[in-house]
Amino acid sequence: MTSTLKIKNLASKENRLAPGHRMCQGCGAAIVVKMVLLAIDKPVVACSPTGCLEVTTCISDYTAWKIPWIHSAFENAAVTLAGVETMYRALKKRGKMSHDMAFVVFAGDGGTYDIGLQSLSGVMERGHDLLYICYDNGAYMNTGTQRSGATPFGASTTTSPAGSAVPGKLQVRKDITKIMAAHNIPYAAQASPSHHLDLMRKVQKAVSIPGPKFINILSPCHRGWRSKADDAISISRLAVNTRFWPLYEIENGKTRMTHIPKEKLPLETFLRPQGRFAHLFRPENAWMLEDSQRRVDTEWEALIASGPPHTSER
Amino acid sequence: MKKMTAVTGNEALAEALRQINPDVCAAYPITPQTDMMQQFSDFVADGLVDTELMLVESEHSALSACIGASAGGGRVATATSGPGLALMWEMLYVASGMRCPIVMAVVNRALSAPLNIHCDHSDAMGARDSGWIQLWSENQQEAYDNLIMAFRIAEHPDIQLPVMVCMDGFIISHSVGVMDFLSDDAVQRFVGDFTAQDALLDIERPASYGPLILTDQYHEYKKEQNEIMDSVFAVTEAVASEFEYLSGRRYGLLESYRLEDAEIGIVVLNSAAGTCKDMIDEARENGVKVGLLKPRLFRPFPYAAVASALSHLKVVCVLDRSDSFGAFAPLYVEIAASLYPLENKPVLINRIYGLGGRDFMPEHVEAVINEMADILSRKAAAPPKKYISLRQYV
Amino acid sequence: MKTRIITRSTCKPVICEPGNSAAFKTGTWRSLKPVFEPAHCSNCLLCWLYCPDMSVNLTDGRVSGFNFDYCKGCGICALECPGKKGAKAIRMEKEENA
Repeated sequence: MTSTLKIKNLASKENRLAPGHRMCQGCGAAIVVKMVLLAIDKPVVACSPTGCLEVTTCISDYTAWKIPWIHSAFENAAVTLAGVETMYRALKKRGKMSHDMAFVVFAGDGGTYDIGLQSLSGVMERGHDLLYICYDNGAYMNTGTQRSGATPFGASTTTSPAGSAVPGKLQVRKDITKIMAAHNIPYAAQASPSHHLDLMRKVQKAVSIPGPKFINILSPCHRGWRSKADDAISISRLAVNTRFWPLYEIENGKTRMTHIPKEKLPLETFLRPQGRFAHLFRPENAWMLEDSQRRVDTEWEALIASGPPHTSER
Repeated sequence: MKKMTAVTGNEALAEALRQINPDVCAAYPITPQTDMMQQFSDFVADGLVDTELMLVESEHSALSACIGASAGGGRVATATSGPGLALMWEMLYVASGMRCPIVMAVVNRALSAPLNIHCDHSDAMGARDSGWIQLWSENQQEAYDNLIMAFRIAEHPDIQLPVMVCMDGFIISHSVGVMDFLSDDAVQRFVGDFTAQDALLDIERPASYGPLILTDQYHEYKKEQNEIMDSVFAVTEAVASEFEYLSGRRYGLLESYRLEDAEIGIVVLNSAAGTCKDMIDEARENGVKVGLLKPRLFRPFPYAAVASALSHLKVVCVLDRSDSFGAFAPLYVEIAASLYPLENKPVLINRIYGLGGRDFMPEHVEAVINEMADILSRKAAAPPKKYISLRQYV
Repeated sequence: MKTRIITRSTCKPVICEPGNSAAFKTGTWRSLKPVFEPAHCSNCLLCWLYCPDMSVNLTDGRVSGFNFDYCKGCGICALECPGKKGAKAIRMEKEENA
């Protein structure tokens, strides 16, 4: 399975997201979508909620999608695609359709953690055969970096700005991957574009499993994170190596770490290149750094305890 | 001889859906619609239909699922009531804007607050500007017939728009009426095969649905959407005449009852028309020249047909089962707009009745007829808008 | 591309020309441009995989340059390029017209 994921083999495949899309330079979401589509061999029908990816890939009369794709609103990507998938089953049952195809949602964190959570939960519970990809950039980037349920503790956003009285977002983000896993779906995972083989393996595995699947993929946004335009990959690597973004999968309830960083980097190395965390390095906010590090450590320990790495994994 | 059956409105519509056997249905329970889709679930469970039924977690998701399924390329139906329709609001515009020929039964119910499960028309009136075609039904038979015809109108190649079929909650949905069902074969032949346009599931021809469309084109889209609505009249009439051939039942854009020689008239939607017709018959026996107009198609609204039906009247009372607070009620506004071009306009009054399921009794119709007769004989100057059938507190 | 004329038959927000965004050239956004030094290329193709704009050209499976019609000049390719013997195969230069 994984030999097909060697870059040399992938390079002979057609990119199913065309250039000429209007995502910002260096956008992490564009890389995520590209990798996910490269990892799937079947025809794909995709859906996106209103958001960065949607408005930049399909502005009349242009579309960057070379596959069937639908956008209907912000809060309902999962169920919109579930409707398409249900029609597919209906037509197949009635002998009007024979192709094998995969159904994939590409949604940001706002459309997943927040406004889209109800419809996503319903789709997971009803067992629709689709893969839901959350490209998680940790805020409402399309409207200009407002805080979301995915925004990390301490981050300064346009609606949780670091001011003289309130030092950024004081709430911790939801653990959406665990929330999805709690629906007892066959497959839930976390991935990062810096670890592309791990990411694409997870996508391949997910697509091979019938039923609802969820993968949360870190998707750096240098505009919202106030970092550099060329750092989508390097900063997501730091997220993994500081254990801020653990790479793991939960298959039929069993958790497994898919990558253990060789050496543990302090969380600061991930936070420091990002303007949204700059205020955390002021002396009066030292407690926030300590708090963030402690939380990362606790969550890591809990994950390791629930799912030790496979012996064959590095 | 025709086989007549007695069923509730919800049972009649569930039966229509069974006969049509759509590719996909989505539903969420809400009073008073619930037992329609409950009944349909029985059909699914017993294998009487092979529809894929999505039992979703909200009405918002029900309509979202229908939009996805319809874009996918098949026949789609759903049903809702009151607050459920309100929750769908954003998606109503998406369904019509995306040209999804979804058919939805709306079992009319009041909106909160205060919480109320009974009939009024606030739900469908709230959706009147959403780009959906609206058919209104007086009784179980009309609701059944309208639902079957709705698929033909929605799916017509020139239309491709969603249709809601309105029926009064409880008054019709839960009460038993005499029905003349068509045979399964006849319904199947009448609705025919579904032919999808730009099906999303056509992987040979990948389509992108729902682009961002900004100031350069949005305005033109809306203008065309309006023009498509204008062609709904002819399609509705053509479908109705085909249906008449099949069933012997005749439907137009509206129904006139004893209006030809009338001096005064009532305009009303849905079930209240039945009570009004009985009282009109009684008044006619006493020499009062009164008639009734019942619009069947409310969106698009047949202004010209309404004007011509009412042009000779002296007094018209529009009975609304919903209100626009601080303004005239929705049906009144349309009737006023219809009459405006006339040189000799009837006196027009607006009476609000039956909100939240308040009973609309023969004596209320009688009072309305008497009030119009008084205006006619110049005995009374009437307030243009008034609530009727209010409780009398002692 | 000309803006589509909206008529009754086109009054449906659906685009049936897959991937026609290729007609929209985003290369004009660029203020930095990647420069390729083939001698330092190990042909790992990471630049091809990471490019958000599908703008790394391959010839016979090897990197041969960039598609400046779309390259927005983000510099991910240059940053991630492992190069050969400590020398990168891609570096960023100021765009002449920028």
